[in-house]
Amino acid sequence: MANMGLFIADVFFKNPVITASGTFGFGREYNELYPIGKLGGVSCKGTTLLERMGNPPPRIVETPSGILNSVGLQNPGIEHFIKEDLGWLKSQGTVAIANVAGSTLEDYCKVAEILSDTDVDMIELNISCPNVKEGGVSFGTSASSVENITEQVKMRSSKPVMIKLTPNVTDIAEIAKAAESGGADAISLINTLTGMRIDINTRRPILKNNTGGLSGRAVFPVAVRMVWQVAQAVSIPVVGMGGIATWQDAVEMMLAGACAIQVGTANFTDAYTPIKIIDGLEKYLDDNGIKDIKEIVGKAEMW
Amino acid sequence: MAYVQREAILIKKEKLNSTVFRFTLKEDVISEIATAGQFVNIKCGEKVLRRPISICQIDKKHNCIVIVFEVRGEGTQWLSQCNQHDKIDIMGPLGNGFNTEKQGKALLIGGGIGVPPLLSVAESMECDCDAILGFKDIETTILVEEFSSKCKDVVVMTQDGTYGEKGLVTDALVKKLETNDYSVICSCGPTPMLEAVSQIAQKIGIECYVSLEERMGCGVGACLVCACKTKSKDGEKYSHVCKDGPVFNAKEVVW
Repeated sequence: MANMGLFIADVFFKNPVITASGTFGFGREYNELYPIGKLGGVSCKGTTLLERMGNPPPRIVETPSGILNSVGLQNPGIEHFIKEDLGWLKSQGTVAIANVAGSTLEDYCKVAEILSDTDVDMIELNISCPNVKEGGVSFGTSASSVENITEQVKMRSSKPVMIKLTPNVTDIAEIAKAAESGGADAISLINTLTGMRIDINTRRPILKNNTGGLSGRAVFPVAVRMVWQVAQAVSIPVVGMGGIATWQDAVEMMLAGACAIQVGTANFTDAYTPIKIIDGLEKYLDDNGIKDIKEIVGKAEMW
Repeated sequence: MAYVQREAILIKKEKLNSTVFRFTLKEDVISEIATAGQFVNIKCGEKVLRRPISICQIDKKHNCIVIVFEVRGEGTQWLSQCNQHDKIDIMGPLGNGFNTEKQGKALLIGGGIGVPPLLSVAESMECDCDAILGFKDIETTILVEEFSSKCKDVVVMTQDGTYGEKGLVTDALVKKLETNDYSVICSCGPTPMLEAVSQIAQKIGIECYVSLEERMGCGVGACLVCACKTKSKDGEKYSHVCKDGPVFNAKEVVW
């Protein structure tokens, strides 16, 4: 059987399938359906220094082949995560990735520092949340700001840092390079595309936050393009996400240059999606006589 | 929170009126562990999000659950086109239902498509129940016979008076309270109705439980989109309809 394991910044993943932040909580709910230890990793719900209430509802609306959400980083705060969730998640035998968000630069640094003294395997720096008034995506849309926050967080944390990028920028490659030169160990993308829907009868946006982040299969082609561009531009590992719902999507994303992938919105449609992708990838490798999953990374041949 | 995601078999399909359907679904595990007031999350064709639909009846003997739903959009439209013997991908049972332990006498108050889940309450309540059911008109009136066979007394209210009495469920509630002592009210329906019922219950000091609704994502408590504001001694916060609810103690709900 083909080798599915890989390293990202010295962290070993048993397979390249990670569940995406915000769609999987801290893993407990889905562990009722299958052992989450089967997953390569779990990227936890975005966590901030202090507890956050999140945005008023409605926070979700379905769109053609996708959803818009505006949760607004509701979470119980970093101390609660460390005390109540991290130990349990680590004991399940999967890579625990803390997704870190904040309103200020100091917030990000402080949380990263606190996590240095824990068992968390990796930090995913969320500088791409479109649903909060302060911080979030505002750190992720200029190259200088991305380089600066990456540098600062790297100085304060002993954990590998993966920077999660927003697609809501003009030149994704430039942003990725800035993260790399700031010292990022890896890059993950894409977070959601900012979107909006309006109820034609009430003439009000459906989301109480007015705008939200678009995810799901609708964004997949955009994600593949951006992962391809970023993989060309940097030499650090790239983790691809955005609308992946099948093992074929995962193969496509890896051919574009992703060394691992994240599954988000598809968990809502079919909770077993990540497991089906792992099984499908294994079979694809075996059927094609490929010995190691790493052999397909970035192997799309351009015209 | 034990639950499964499995294929159930549609063994009986009935049309209750022009937009409301009743499905009897055979699924061993869900029917075995479901309790009154819980819901299932149903995959509807190619839709991204499953559609949360409350359980109307639980038949443990025949390994079935009954759901009653209204066609409101593309998802429920797809569901309504399923036929007998079709396999339907459902996840459940989800959420926290109503407390059905013996507790004096219970009053069930349902409005519109909020009526069906209360039938499971009437069937499993260990004490006597009365019911007040509110509908728009005779066309939308459903499940009256079923409630009549399970409850001591059933009052039906329609807004236009074409069936039962004319008026709102709260009109009937005020009248009922003049001659009855209830220990608990269980209610499901439109939010303004639930708020009005809660206020009356609170004024006279009867425990009141309400089943809430909100646009939902995962259905299991992972994505946090179905937020509803609740209060406790620590202040106000956003709870989640799918995992903390759908049934809440009315005094904890911030309307």
